[in-house]
Amino acid sequence: MFAPLSSTTEKRKPAKFRKLSIALVSALISIGSMSVHAEDPVKVGFVYVGPVGDHGWTYRHDIGRLALEEEFGDKVETTFVESVPEGADAERVIRKLASTGHDLIFTTSFGYMNPTNKVAKAFPDVKFEHATGYKRADNVSTYSARFYEGRAVIGTMAGMMTKSNIIGYIGSFPIPEVVRGINAFTIAMRKVNPDAEVRVVWVNSWYDPGKEGDAAKTLIDQGADIITQHTDSPAPLQAAQERGVVGFGQASDVSAFAPEAQLTAIIDDWNQYYIDRTKAVMDGTWESQDVWHGIDSGMVGFAEYGAAVPDDVKAAANIIKEGIVDGSIHPFQGPIMNQAGEEVVAEGETIGDDVLLGMDYYVEGVQGSLPK
Amino acid sequence: MSMDSNMMVMIGLTVISAATPLVFAAIGELVAEKSGVLNLGVEGMMLAGAVSGFAVAHVSGSAFLGVLAGVFAGILMALVFAFLTLSLRASQVATGLALTIFGVGLSALLGQPLIGIAYEGLPSYSIPLLANLPIVGPLLFEHNLLVYGSILLVLTVSLFLKYTRAGLVLRAVGDSPDSAHALGYPVIRVRYLATLFGGACAGLAGCYLSMAYAPMWVESMSAGRGWIALALVVFATWQPGRLLFGAYLFGGITILQLHAQAIGINVPSQLMSMLPYIATIVVLVIISRDRGRIRKNAPASIGQAFHPTK
Repeated sequence: MFAPLSSTTEKRKPAKFRKLSIALVSALISIGSMSVHAEDPVKVGFVYVGPVGDHGWTYRHDIGRLALEEEFGDKVETTFVESVPEGADAERVIRKLASTGHDLIFTTSFGYMNPTNKVAKAFPDVKFEHATGYKRADNVSTYSARFYEGRAVIGTMAGMMTKSNIIGYIGSFPIPEVVRGINAFTIAMRKVNPDAEVRVVWVNSWYDPGKEGDAAKTLIDQGADIITQHTDSPAPLQAAQERGVVGFGQASDVSAFAPEAQLTAIIDDWNQYYIDRTKAVMDGTWESQDVWHGIDSGMVGFAEYGAAVPDDVKAAANIIKEGIVDGSIHPFQGPIMNQAGEEVVAEGETIGDDVLLGMDYYVEGVQGSLPK
Repeated sequence: MSMDSNMMVMIGLTVISAATPLVFAAIGELVAEKSGVLNLGVEGMMLAGAVSGFAVAHVSGSAFLGVLAGVFAGILMALVFAFLTLSLRASQVATGLALTIFGVGLSALLGQPLIGIAYEGLPSYSIPLLANLPIVGPLLFEHNLLVYGSILLVLTVSLFLKYTRAGLVLRAVGDSPDSAHALGYPVIRVRYLATLFGGACAGLAGCYLSMAYAPMWVESMSAGRGWIALALVVFATWQPGRLLFGAYLFGGITILQLHAQAIGINVPSQLMSMLPYIATIVVLVIISRDRGRIRKNAPASIGQAFHPTK
């Protein structure tokens, strides 16, 4: 006789919890929402892995969201949820966005791949766009940017401008994305200056300004006169400025931190992509796709050249940019040697996307060995 | 100056700048622990100091006011901790951890409008004549005031604990609060003051981070240095001199590791990040085998709440 009683209480409990968690998530969303109400606007949701003020990855995605609002005004309504951990929470947040009338949802971190696809199955009418992933469905697209193309441009500039022939490169984690960047940079640098070498220091963090700055100082102390980085804070360029050398910004224009030191910066620019995909939803032409855009689409952008860049270097950098855009230059064009001097790509061949996505070796010109 | 000695000076300067925040945070914690208070909230207090110092320096344009604000923020955070643990007798361990989590969140919230703003950094002061010496001059006598201050602070704390009556009282409160209480010393008040001093020092450490080390504000910019400072106090077996040595050792290891990488010697940097903690565990094991040494330096009542009515 007690059994039915207890089973009803057991049933109630999860329901309560569910209500509570839904309330919490909707509270979160309402905090994050910057919405303009109009008649039937297209609702676009964004899920961010970091805070919008990180001045790096998430910051650039949010600039894209703001560009979307600017472009479409009342016709679009955007929502964002920031600092969403990559795990069970992500699924709840994505599900909540999908169930509250969002037409298009951008999930902007690799770790959202499985939650995005899971929720997409339950909401076939909602369109999803997952950044940097590889799992797609009829209503799930993936998108990423070929930042290595930008590295080929700055590698060329570094090769031409270095006097010590030592370039300092600050790495975050030895994953293919970062290794690809180091290699693209080095190949381009050696084309214009076969004597130059790249020294890599890993700081094991995307974001530790103190350590990134120390790494930059270390490299400068060892003779590097140009600093480049694949970490997110402006600290390395700040250190370069302080020590009187130059370098390249990452993700955002950081000239505010290093007015003389910044030669240019590779800028993540999602604006046009977000506008195009929203337009496609409005027009009913949205289809699932996989894009890996580069300089040609504007997804990989550049800050203006700094005052320290001579005209011939600007001209050479522009030639590389144009060549990459028109397809006459590929950053991974053979012959490419590995560190042992063995040819890994023959003349006339290029490295395909499948190999690039898993790149796990250094090319000739990089000092030290790749941590495994 | 030859290339080599120039490089040595530069490496030395980088080590000094990496060690200074550790010196500040650890010396404050050392004083708090000497009075019997274990405050695990150093990381949180540092971040509060970092964001406040940066904000005030940016708005007012005065580095001095910035540092003052950072110190004040550290003291405020420590006051919250002291009230909960000393007046309300909450668990020091749990409260300290909560203080760190609180500090991370609060500083992120307050710091939102400060992201992306540049700050020129604290000015350096050359000490006349001494700064002109070869090698030693640029290495030791051309720093911002906080670096000189950190060394002076360690010296002062060392003398205070060893040679002053107040220092003796503080140590007595940490070793045997009941006896100190019986002798008429205000145990709770002494612990309050020691805890607030710890907060002020953590605030200074934070200021150094956001105003000198990497002059900018970004979330969680202390990146675990508060925890290294905590480990450092134990590593130093609660002695200011060893603490200074330890801070420079830890700072030096980090920088040398970066140099090793840059010249192509492959040292797993994860291992290097663990080193301060491994060193601390080793020291703990060594001193635990020697009871006399523990009794001499470790505050006997550390982490325990004091009940004056008992």
